[in-house]
Amino acid sequence: MDITRFISTHRKLLLVGLPLLIILVFLTTIPLYGGVYWIRLLTVILMYVVLAASWAMFSGSTGYMSLAPAAFFGTGMYTMALLQDYLPFPVIIVVGGLVSFILALLVGLITLRLRGMYFAIFTFGLVVFMSEVTSYAEGVILKSRGQHIIPIDNATIFYAMLIITVVTLLAIYFIRRSRLGLSMLSIGGNEDAAEHMGIDTTRTKVLTFAISAIFMGAAGVITAPRLIYINADIAFSLTYSFMPILMSIFGGMGQFYGPIVGAIVFGYLEKTLRAQFSTYFMLGFGIIMVMVILFLPNGIAGLVSMLQDKIAKLRKGDEAEQHANT
Amino acid sequence: MRILEGQGVTKYFGGLAAVSNVDFHIDQGEIVGMIGPNGAGKTTLFNLISGALPLSSGEIRFKGQKLNGLKPHQICKVGIARTFQETKIFGNMPVFQNVLVGAFFGSPNRVPGEDAAREVSQALEFVGLAAMSATPVKDLTLVNQKRVEVARALATKPELLLLDELMAGLNPTEISEAMEMVTKLRDKGITIFMVEHVMKAIMGICERIMALHHGEKIAEGTSQEIACNKTVIDVYLGEEAHAGG
Amino acid sequence: MSGLPQIIVSGILTGGIYGLLAMGLSLQYGVARVLNIAHGEFVMLGALLTYTLYTGWGINPLVVAAIIGPLLFGLGFLLQITLFRGLKARAPVPAAFEGNALLAAFGVLYIISYIGLIRWGGVPRTAYYLNYVVEFAGMSFRLNRIVAFAVSIAIGVAIYLFLTRSRLGRAIRATAEDPATAGLMGVNTNILLALCFGLGALLAGIAGSLTAMMTAVASGIGFGNTVIALIVVVLGGLGSVPGSFIAGIIIGIVASLVASLWQPILVVPVYYGILLVLLLARPTGLLGKK
Repeated sequence: MDITRFISTHRKLLLVGLPLLIILVFLTTIPLYGGVYWIRLLTVILMYVVLAASWAMFSGSTGYMSLAPAAFFGTGMYTMALLQDYLPFPVIIVVGGLVSFILALLVGLITLRLRGMYFAIFTFGLVVFMSEVTSYAEGVILKSRGQHIIPIDNATIFYAMLIITVVTLLAIYFIRRSRLGLSMLSIGGNEDAAEHMGIDTTRTKVLTFAISAIFMGAAGVITAPRLIYINADIAFSLTYSFMPILMSIFGGMGQFYGPIVGAIVFGYLEKTLRAQFSTYFMLGFGIIMVMVILFLPNGIAGLVSMLQDKIAKLRKGDEAEQHANT
Repeated sequence: MRILEGQGVTKYFGGLAAVSNVDFHIDQGEIVGMIGPNGAGKTTLFNLISGALPLSSGEIRFKGQKLNGLKPHQICKVGIARTFQETKIFGNMPVFQNVLVGAFFGSPNRVPGEDAAREVSQALEFVGLAAMSATPVKDLTLVNQKRVEVARALATKPELLLLDELMAGLNPTEISEAMEMVTKLRDKGITIFMVEHVMKAIMGICERIMALHHGEKIAEGTSQEIACNKTVIDVYLGEEAHAGG
Repeated sequence: MSGLPQIIVSGILTGGIYGLLAMGLSLQYGVARVLNIAHGEFVMLGALLTYTLYTGWGINPLVVAAIIGPLLFGLGFLLQITLFRGLKARAPVPAAFEGNALLAAFGVLYIISYIGLIRWGGVPRTAYYLNYVVEFAGMSFRLNRIVAFAVSIAIGVAIYLFLTRSRLGRAIRATAEDPATAGLMGVNTNILLALCFGLGALLAGIAGSLTAMMTAVASGIGFGNTVIALIVVVLGGLGSVPGSFIAGIIIGIVASLVASLWQPILVVPVYYGILLVLLLARPTGLLGKK
């Protein structure tokens, strides 16, 4: 096929795909020349990209606010802690994803038949409940407070997180364009109508919720060796629920890239500022959270859409003028 | 053939009977209307038929099959579609996608993408919205939003269509157009069961009308019979006197 | 190990404050539709401010409660009339507003709890008052617990009378049922919602003051108090004053039983477990009149 024709027919795909490919290649080679600081920073950012994107996949389209990411993420961390002596790292990642999937399936089946605020509070309660129960069980069964994780070198952790990120984003991309994606969007648009048009809303919600949990669990498995030591408070910290939510809202949930942008911005800020300012950072986090929800409910992506609309309207106005003048 | 049949249909909310022991039937190919003052139980009856609410007692059968206990998505696939009083369109999508949802999910079998897209085009053509398929529905006028709802229901390939106050909020021209569209729907082979307050529409196109009041069926007959029915007149005159005529 | 009557009465005494907590949250969610997950932070502020004023300036905690109440009322009032009202105005549908309000409340939670951490540190503080043991009927309790219970019940009765007998109280109940109609009937819903939110904060602050005179308090106590308030509201029913207190007492007894007959360390997990079970069994308790 002629090269120029190929480029013109697939223009849009190349415009988006080529830069992404370049970024991917760049990221893959970072461990060869980047310092430890950058590798660890990028690992954290990728972790947040996974969490934010998978959160937005369910909560963004259906409108059901889930505070459960921390529950599945923590599950992944503890899966690593418990299986690290018995299975190779890649297998544990898959197992962690699977365990989270099953957990989410169960939780979804018992709670997603009802709606709204109720679901949000339940998922929130789930996180703290799991934290407390894990802590107690640890003390009683394992006679320990917290788990030590055998360290894995930074490059391996980075690559693992990179692979999971790519898998997550690809999965979300294709689901969005699938029937499942359309049914999720319909539920978010009007759940009653969606049900009356033939969509099994309960099955859709539970399935999507469970799928999103896979990636969160996998990310948890990979993060455990980076932290070296975990306990219930660390693993099930509610911050792992709020950060993805804040990142998605900031970035804008209407577009695919929204949560990714939010994750990059806040992931960078968190890693660089938290160490220095700890308490004040969390205070600032709270303030930013309030500001974003108040002033930027549609996020950056929302602003971009609004701008695009305005430009389109101006163009239409110009055309209309031209027509009127001829 | 009786396409829809209800016997002793009753629905309680707490101690109050919203629908009380209603018997009704609809024959294939009919356009049947349901009238009654606000709160008479009309939308509740629709909700019972479409599966949005469970019956307290009684039975509803569609083509001989009992509908009791089925969920709305199952009832849709069986062949009953509906529109809603408060236009429940998918505000986050353009017109085309709204109708696409109906095309994809409304059939019991898996519909391939091409067939679905064709269904959508045909449905949009039928309601007259073919030119607006890319417009976000929230930017549409009320009458066009209602058209989207009809197209979406049409795309589910129903045999029975429940229309809940389709004409509410429309001006006289729009009402005439809507009346024409409903007749064309019936001519396509779809049985229509419609709730309306707009008398011109009900009297104009319905072959049979039933009247509800306080959850009970108080009258049934042709539009002529209903127009002369003393009970119906009393109920409505009473309503009008209440509302200041 | 104390006898069963001691355990149960102890639970009842604790339940008084729980009822107070629940009433505050009930007012905020029932009327303003804000699920104030930061509710417990107001308790923390009340508790630590009481500590500071009592140990630093020697003011009697019960008097401090009377000062803190209005102070926190003002804070709650401002919060509603600025933040939550702003959110309400920008939300396309009520469901979106409730979700955003919950998230914003989480933000407020972080803000207040970390301000608390900065000002008072994470160390538990004690400011016992009326800590004498009182004995009767073979049981012994500290006087401050009995006083706290009495004050809570008294406030509960006052609120109940206020909501049922006064004009303002009726306006509040009307707004909770149907805000649109209430607005049409001349109720200034903006002020009213802020009033209710402020009232909820006031109750939380007083609960905090009472807590400070009985147990050690620290900047991290907010969260746990919010969870307790949630459980009691779900159990007792949104908007019901007697319900809040009865449920509060039940939960208090449960906590007392778990701590004495099982292990104190299990009280918190049991709380969370109860919350989950209640949400599954009685969601209408939280969602009110849906």
